[in-house]
Amino acid sequence: MYTYTIKRLLLMVPTLLGAAVLVFLLLRAVPGDVCELRLAGTGGYFDKEALAICQEELGLNDPMFVQFVDYILGLLVLDFGESMWTGQKVWHEIGLRFELSLQLAIMTTLISIAIALPLGTIAAVKQNTWVDYVVRSISIAGIAMPSFWLGILLILGILIISQNHFGQPWMPPIQYKSLWEDPWHNLSQLIWPALATGYRYSAVATRMTRSTLLEVLREDYVRTARAKGLLEKVIINRHALRNAMLPVVTVIGIEFAFLMGGLVVTEQVFNLNGLGKLFVEAVLNNDYTLTQALVLLVVMIFVLTNFLVDLLYAWLDPRIRYA
Amino acid sequence: MTKRLSHWVLAAGVGLSLALSGGAAFAAAHAKPKRGGTLKYVIPAEPPSFDGHRETTFALIHPIAPFYSTLIRVNPENPSSPTDFVCDLCTEMPTASDDGKRYVFNIRKGVKFHDGKPLTAHDVAATFERIIFPPQGVASARKAFFVMVDKVAATDDHTIQFDLKYPSGAFLPSLANPYNFVYAKARLDADQHWYEKNIEGSGPFKFVELQPGAVIKGERNPDYYHEGKPYLDGFEGIFAKKQSLRVQAVRGGQAQIEFRGFPPKSRDDLVAALGDKITVQESDWNCVLLVTPNHKSDKMKDPRVRKALTLAIDRWGGSKYLSEIAIVKAVGGIAFPGHPLAATKAELEKIPGYWPDLDKSRAEAKKLLAEAGFGDGLSLKMNNRAVDQPYKIVGVWLIDQWKQIGVTAEQQVLPTGPFYDMLRKQKTYDISLDFNCQAVVNPLLDVSKFISDDKSGNNYANYQDREVDRLFEAMNQTADVNEQRKLMREMEMRVLGEEAHSMITLWWYRIIPHRSEVKGWKISPSHYLNQDLSSIWIDQ
Repeated sequence: MYTYTIKRLLLMVPTLLGAAVLVFLLLRAVPGDVCELRLAGTGGYFDKEALAICQEELGLNDPMFVQFVDYILGLLVLDFGESMWTGQKVWHEIGLRFELSLQLAIMTTLISIAIALPLGTIAAVKQNTWVDYVVRSISIAGIAMPSFWLGILLILGILIISQNHFGQPWMPPIQYKSLWEDPWHNLSQLIWPALATGYRYSAVATRMTRSTLLEVLREDYVRTARAKGLLEKVIINRHALRNAMLPVVTVIGIEFAFLMGGLVVTEQVFNLNGLGKLFVEAVLNNDYTLTQALVLLVVMIFVLTNFLVDLLYAWLDPRIRYA
Repeated sequence: MTKRLSHWVLAAGVGLSLALSGGAAFAAAHAKPKRGGTLKYVIPAEPPSFDGHRETTFALIHPIAPFYSTLIRVNPENPSSPTDFVCDLCTEMPTASDDGKRYVFNIRKGVKFHDGKPLTAHDVAATFERIIFPPQGVASARKAFFVMVDKVAATDDHTIQFDLKYPSGAFLPSLANPYNFVYAKARLDADQHWYEKNIEGSGPFKFVELQPGAVIKGERNPDYYHEGKPYLDGFEGIFAKKQSLRVQAVRGGQAQIEFRGFPPKSRDDLVAALGDKITVQESDWNCVLLVTPNHKSDKMKDPRVRKALTLAIDRWGGSKYLSEIAIVKAVGGIAFPGHPLAATKAELEKIPGYWPDLDKSRAEAKKLLAEAGFGDGLSLKMNNRAVDQPYKIVGVWLIDQWKQIGVTAEQQVLPTGPFYDMLRKQKTYDISLDFNCQAVVNPLLDVSKFISDDKSGNNYANYQDREVDRLFEAMNQTADVNEQRKLMREMEMRVLGEEAHSMITLWWYRIIPHRSEVKGWKISPSHYLNQDLSSIWIDQ
């Protein structure tokens, strides 16, 4: 197990390096640069000398090879440099948003699990009954609806309902306060995007739970358990569901990793100052240093989550052992 | 309710709101301001740095201007006037001496920076030295606005003198630019880049906190030099990129105002939802959306083709219908329509493309196209910016306009970065949507967009026209307003008519629907102006 863990950890290095090289080259292939946007983006007078100074300051005039070597040397000591747009340290920019994104990812995942496991189980147990059809409809609707669109509907619904009932329209706060600073404010802001996104992700997990559970319920050991006279509740909860969890855990793990940096539009809809919003702004601003760091962070989260999911397999299914 | 009836009801609602807001504005102007409260407003973008001398975006002005003073400014009581400038740090607007080449300003006594240190004429001089004659390695985005300045000097602690190379009508408007934050000389002497990452001014509000990507907060400066101001205890500027969210924030009470501007539909939605709790202020906007023909493109190098394209555009009709769905409205020439140097309607109607008879214009356009060898049709590649308001909406409208004369335009919509790269560097388009957006209305300099591209800072049309350059120079080197006006008309006719170097579509229109409890703020023709928040108060 230890050997396996170390091997997997070491394998992360070439993966991250490959991603680093790829993102460096792809970003430079996009036309335009951060200085041009900064000085010409507002349509006013454009000072060419100011442009030259800006490009010089940010090292954009250096040959690409020099920029690449600087970048890789920085990576080796975990120094991602400064954001080309704000001039602040990249770690500082990411650190500011990490807590919010992590909290939102956890809340979304919990909501997603809370919806998916019971619904998926009920649908499997009541296969081809009206209950199953309702659950399947709910999950198909969840897959079909983008979470940001559901978010917009939620905000509009809250505005209209609050105005009709209380005379004053209300909407969730648009300024973030941490859970430790003001829990009520924090939750009243984050619960809505967590619901919108959680519902979307629960749809996939619900369908996965249903289909794997159906498969497991047809296994011999389940028949044996029934023949032994075990209660159906015990068979489902203790024997079937646990074994059906492997693919569900994989799906939830990948979703969690995606949530950490992929809620680009949802974060904008709810004005959440998270990593997804930072990501899209970095890309739109042609902020190479920040985009590079964010891509690496997301790759790192994906790789680590996959690794943790693999370890979880062994815990869920004792037959799985890593050599 | 039928759709038509609902439109009438909505229109009546908006009309009523505007009427109420007009009445409310009158009442507010005469009501006694109340002290206290915190203004919450939404800001669509974040500034790259905090240095006003370096940056060009309104995203710097909205959150940062309340912390700083300027030497002079647009009159906050009358910001819609493009020619009314008043003192901020000075005591009295000076009269030019030495044949219009010397301006002497007396600086207020007792003004302090937020760190408690006194502000003197030496600080003002150091500020303008940095803007006009930036040291090596210091970027100054607007130094070209001060080409007429020969020398700046503080003659004593409370007097600053500007000597010009020639008398210029563009000098005072340039001086009133809201980006000309006054910095402390001692700070600049120690580090010219200090203000890029730090905020310390002498303005109505003191800096409290910035959470990048989230919010900026300021509190009242108790030592502010304009008596009784600011009225607010403080402000919170909330960064919110998505327009729909900003609209909902005003509706849901999470913010009271957004200072850049909303499209007509959002105004109507807010009025319909909140009635008299919303006040709407509207103004022509010192931003113009234009079509830039690439003179190096084989299809656009012939002036007859360019002229045909401008002749096909129905500006008068477009103003009427597009203004219902987009942030454009005024028909105008190269100068901001509300300015004394702008063309009157009669003058505009002489320029090809502005003729009142559309059929005649389009017949002429077809004739010119045929003469240029495109009688069987012409296909063009159009570069556009992936932003709805007003670029994509006007882009689609233009495609339809040109279709009427047999021209097919294929629109390529690009995100802002690649759009600018295409406009400035790649230049593989035939025509591109383009815009000219300025802070202080200063047509003498704003029209520098149309001079030759080797002299202009933002002419992307790839042409050199020395006659246009000559007219521009002459206009900027005379103090005689009548002469300036005459030269402006000549330049306008050449740029828009004879050579059709550029095609102005419509000028932007600024719509600010805000919570009615926000008082004391008056709309200006630019989202850069009147943003120090010192005259705003909350009626609660």
